[in-house]
Amino acid sequence: MTHYLFYPGCSMQRSARPYLDSLMTIGPDMDMTFEDVQDWNCCGATEYAAVHRIPSYALVARNLALAAQQMNGARTLTAGCSACYLNLAKTENYMRRNAELNLVVNEALAAGNLHYEPGSLQVRHLLDVMVNDVGLEAIRARVTRPLTNLRIAPYYGCMVVRPDLDDHFRSEEYPMSMDRLLKALGAEVIDFPLKTHCCGGHMTQISQPVAFEMIRRLVYGATQYKADLMVTLCPMCQLNLDAYQGEVNQHFKMNYHMPVLYFTQLMGLAFGHEPEALGIGKEFVSARDALARIGVDVPEETAVKRPLHRAKDDPSLPMPYMPEENQ
Amino acid sequence: MLTNSPPVLTNPSLNFLETVKQATPGDSRLTMCIQCGTCGGSCPSGQDMDHTPRQLFAMIRADMRDEVLRSNTPWYCVSCYFCMVRCPQEVHITDIMYTLKSMAIAADMYETNSAADLSQNFVGYVENYGRSFEFGLATRQYLRHQPLSLMRRASMGLGMLSKKRIDLTPTRIDNLGQLQAILARAKELEAPT
Ligand code: SF4
Ligand code: SF4
Ligand code: SF4
Ligand code: SF4
Repeated sequence: MTHYLFYPGCSMQRSARPYLDSLMTIGPDMDMTFEDVQDWNCCGATEYAAVHRIPSYALVARNLALAAQQMNGARTLTAGCSACYLNLAKTENYMRRNAELNLVVNEALAAGNLHYEPGSLQVRHLLDVMVNDVGLEAIRARVTRPLTNLRIAPYYGCMVVRPDLDDHFRSEEYPMSMDRLLKALGAEVIDFPLKTHCCGGHMTQISQPVAFEMIRRLVYGATQYKADLMVTLCPMCQLNLDAYQGEVNQHFKMNYHMPVLYFTQLMGLAFGHEPEALGIGKEFVSARDALARIGVDVPEETAVKRPLHRAKDDPSLPMPYMPEENQ
Repeated sequence: MLTNSPPVLTNPSLNFLETVKQATPGDSRLTMCIQCGTCGGSCPSGQDMDHTPRQLFAMIRADMRDEVLRSNTPWYCVSCYFCMVRCPQEVHITDIMYTLKSMAIAADMYETNSAADLSQNFVGYVENYGRSFEFGLATRQYLRHQPLSLMRRASMGLGMLSKKRIDLTPTRIDNLGQLQAILARAKELEAPT
């Protein structure tokens, strides 16, 4: 049993819940346990540093300090979101390599009675621990439902493989670890030239034409290569490619249909789990047809009704209203 | 100031190059730029930028503070890190883009700009809850900047909801006070620009 500390990040709590669910489903298959960093805070994504500089490192360092306190023999802190991973890895690396930054950040942490000793943790992405700790042989041995005939475009995005300050992936522009992993699951993996091109990150919130073109390029590329689906390792990449694909189609008057799943979901399928246990069925672009190729039946989606009014005793914070709600 | 405080105060008579360099946490290597242009050629948003990163760095060196802080370039940076891994001088280009964004906000010099709003909204959520509120963020962002696309947005929003992929119950972290104390101290330690 290998024990890992785990930083879930905000998006895995909701929009990327299927990523978390599939990870929790496959963990036991590989004798891995993941323990959440207690009371972790948002890492600030790519936004906090655009407003405050030193505080953006202190924000992340609180998570490192909490994780180090909780270590329990586990030295590896894992994350699944690209931005979460990079923020943790970069803060750890910069504090280790820059004495002045280390001093300032620790002085800020001291205001919360925390301290982080650089080097106490190793920050690694989930893909890295699967491929390098579990290993492809062990993964292959677990496969009960090979992904034969499924053509997959592996999509890594940017921030897991770049800047890769501690050299975990060994190639900043053409990594192969996810390609090899998917091959071990029996899939037909496309040599995808756009695998580390950028999906635009938060650009959908800033300039739609710019964002849509960045998304279109990737979906078009995968379509040209006759992929059945794209596989990602990041909630933001998944959201951009999947949830915005309909709007991209409208914008360019196109008709792309490219399902986008997480690598953990594909591992789960290959290990014989049912789609429900892996959060499959929550995508915007349905993966039903693609997964029928490996004999997996994704149940038709059941629409979830939501209440029109907040219950008086609802303990949650109020949501910003959507226009429909006011009608 | 406490005697064990690290030296973070900058000298107001510093030129702009030194200011940017000192304001960037870690070692930015900004002064090592040899104007080769690899960064601009690698940038996925280059065509939408007022200046390529290379041009911007030449302008920083030429002390063109106002033009640099008004450039849209940093706001179009999507943090893909292509430039940074290709730069022959290992200039921490992406980090410098963050520094310029925060300096532009502090100097109130960014053009009316949805990217700066997005970042500031986001910071608000993080500082008040300790977590971000992805969907609320997107909604506020759209109301302010793209009211016409709201209806389409709303349909995606409802899709997110029916698929249980948005956050109806944002959580506050337990020890928010601790986080706020850390951030408040970090702000005091920030080098002034
Ligand atoms: S990067 Fe995104 S998901 Fe990760 S903690 Fe930050 S906001 Fe939350
Ligand atoms: S591909 Fe997009 S979401 Fe993924 S890391 Fe790059 S910018 Fe972020
Ligand atoms: S790639 Fe590096 S050295 Fe070349 S212009 Fe850009 S920052 Fe300067
Ligand atoms: S990190 Fe920013 S500046 Fe550098 S290539 Fe990417 S978008 Fe361009």
